[in-house]
Amino acid sequence: MKRILTLLALLAFFGLGLAQKTTLTVAVFPNLDDALKAQITLFNKKFPNVEVKLVIQQYADHHNALTTALATGQGLPDVAAIEVGFVGRFAEGQGFEDLNKAPYNAGQYKRLFTPYTIAQATSADGRFIAMPTDIGPGTFFYRLDILQKAGVDPRNMLTWPGYIAAGRRIKSTTGAFLIADAADVAWINIFATTPANNSPYFDEKGNVVVDSPRFVRAFELARNIRVAGLDARIGAWTNEWYDAFKKGTVATQFSGAWLQGHLQNWMAPETKGLWRVQQLPEGMYASWGGSFYGIPTASRNKTLAWEFIKYVTTTEEAQIAAFKAIGAFPALLAAQNDPSFSEPIEFLGGQQARLLWRDAARRVKPLKANKYDRIAYEIITAALSQVLDEGKDIPSALAEAKRLIERRMR
Amino acid sequence: MQESLSKVGLLPEPSRWAMRWSRFQRRYAPYIFISPFFILFLIFGLYPSLFSLYMSFQTWTPSDGWGRWKFVGFENYAFTLTDPMFWRSVWNTVWLGVFSGVPQHLIAIPMAFVIHMVLSRFKTFVTAVYFLPYITSSVAIALIFNTLFATHNGVINLTIAHLNTWPLLGVLLPDQNINWFTSANIKYALAVVVVWQFTGWNILLYLSAIQAIPKDLYEAAEVDGAGRWQQFRYITLPLLRPMMFFAVSLTIIGNMQLFEQPFVLLNGGASAATPGGQTVTMYMYRTAFEWLEMGTAASIAWILFVFIGILTYLNHLVFGRAARGGD
Repeated sequence: MKRILTLLALLAFFGLGLAQKTTLTVAVFPNLDDALKAQITLFNKKFPNVEVKLVIQQYADHHNALTTALATGQGLPDVAAIEVGFVGRFAEGQGFEDLNKAPYNAGQYKRLFTPYTIAQATSADGRFIAMPTDIGPGTFFYRLDILQKAGVDPRNMLTWPGYIAAGRRIKSTTGAFLIADAADVAWINIFATTPANNSPYFDEKGNVVVDSPRFVRAFELARNIRVAGLDARIGAWTNEWYDAFKKGTVATQFSGAWLQGHLQNWMAPETKGLWRVQQLPEGMYASWGGSFYGIPTASRNKTLAWEFIKYVTTTEEAQIAAFKAIGAFPALLAAQNDPSFSEPIEFLGGQQARLLWRDAARRVKPLKANKYDRIAYEIITAALSQVLDEGKDIPSALAEAKRLIERRMR
Repeated sequence: MQESLSKVGLLPEPSRWAMRWSRFQRRYAPYIFISPFFILFLIFGLYPSLFSLYMSFQTWTPSDGWGRWKFVGFENYAFTLTDPMFWRSVWNTVWLGVFSGVPQHLIAIPMAFVIHMVLSRFKTFVTAVYFLPYITSSVAIALIFNTLFATHNGVINLTIAHLNTWPLLGVLLPDQNINWFTSANIKYALAVVVVWQFTGWNILLYLSAIQAIPKDLYEAAEVDGAGRWQQFRYITLPLLRPMMFFAVSLTIIGNMQLFEQPFVLLNGGASAATPGGQTVTMYMYRTAFEWLEMGTAASIAWILFVFIGILTYLNHLVFGRAARGGD
């Protein structure tokens, strides 16, 4: 009798054990969580016994929490979403698994992705710490109605001098500003003119190059726009920015393709049909944003975490699901051939914009991360603001920026 | 007493366990009752302070993980003390300290006097109204001031634009909308927010000090024919000196550590990197969490600590004698 009871107890124990689900925690920020929710449903069809638990925090909080968790090694998720602005920093640290190595062997998947994303997630010493999931090909948004009113042909805006000349005409005939912030023009120029496999601020040997001609020209273009009074001097992601889009007080905006989704869903839904997109001027291609998934070294579920990441990043169905849920432009090349890519976008007056963006994405040059990119970015931002807001002359602003960056490199 | 009663059998003999428990209680209860403060202080006060002191001699990128730091001696201090970006943040902080600190007291002292003398019937209500900004959440403050300072539709710029149409004022005011979030202008915007937020707190401090001044001093002065201004100048002001020492000390300490206001205002209307808005604490935070240089950030914290100590000592020299009651 006793033996039977023991047997039953053991059976019950194992039975429960088998039925019990494994939990996988994934830390993520909005609105990537909406993409994941769609992907998890599909993932569970293949892995019914895995319960994916999402830990959702706002963009800045998410990355701060991740930094703190990496510092203490406590409270880390099994899978962490990383935005492109942070992936370089995390790559330089030791907190994430190197996916090049066994058992991941991610090298075999690299050719499946939009090429420049691989460089973004690779550290200076060659470790590959996160798989790309979505990308933000840079694009040129313009208000067709304002341009028509001013009698400006958008194709004439495809050189920077032409762009500025058109801006003067738009300002004088319609009163609308050319762009929200002149600094945007400087940044596109800085990023898009960076030689392949370099950091925007450093050359191959790690020397600071922020006083080179491409920086000078970028600064000059922005200053010309500011001096001519063509920019509204509005920062991105402020209420005034949204307001300018709603009221049509700015005629153009450079951004990632994803801006279309934001404009359509909440920023300015009433401007439907008035916007169009084209490639950036002078054959420039740049990337704006993008997200990745990595496995913290302290994760206790690495095998499963890898299965999950492989599923959401390398399968077409998962990538298309994310694309349909939030318009996240797939990093996976195969997913970019989905028929939905040639569908006209009504918000852009029926333009087949995704084909244009796909083309742009494939032309973006891969940039190499440098440990000091973040500091250099900030110092250049400050120099740009001195030039635009305080009238400082460009060579001395850039020379000082160079000096500041160099002394940070310890 | 209890012991003797139980000895003669009037009370039941307490068990040995109970005896021990009661002795334990008598000896340790005070420590147990006071321990929550010390436990919290040790965990959240002393430990982080000592750890940051330790960290200021190391170099550590936190995303590398716990324990992966390296001793570098005084390098962080040497770097920070020769860092132009650090000194710019010191200059910003001192500028803000003066331009947001001085007005607080220049407004609060007369206000407290007026409230005490003229509005004493509505004292509670008036102080409560002035105190309100002090307890308002910084997120709400950020939202309101970002709207007020907006370049194109902000109330402040619209007011300036309206005043610009007035005949005389128009000459003095700029014709173009002011962008308050540029490096050059953000300081003024920040000073306005800080003054708005903390004047009420100082009014409360000064009001409580004024109320403690004996009435007969004023009555005697009135008999001698002193007007309101003379009463304020020769009675209120001198007797407020101890409170001034206290209030100015708090302002100095608070202003040297100004973080919330630039943090919320810069993250709403401008880039967090705007040079003009980098106070020392803001710069420290960004060094730690944007650039992941924990050691350098810790050295900034300790240099700031020394600065605050020096300033508080200087303040002590100015107001201190009165605060101790001598003159």
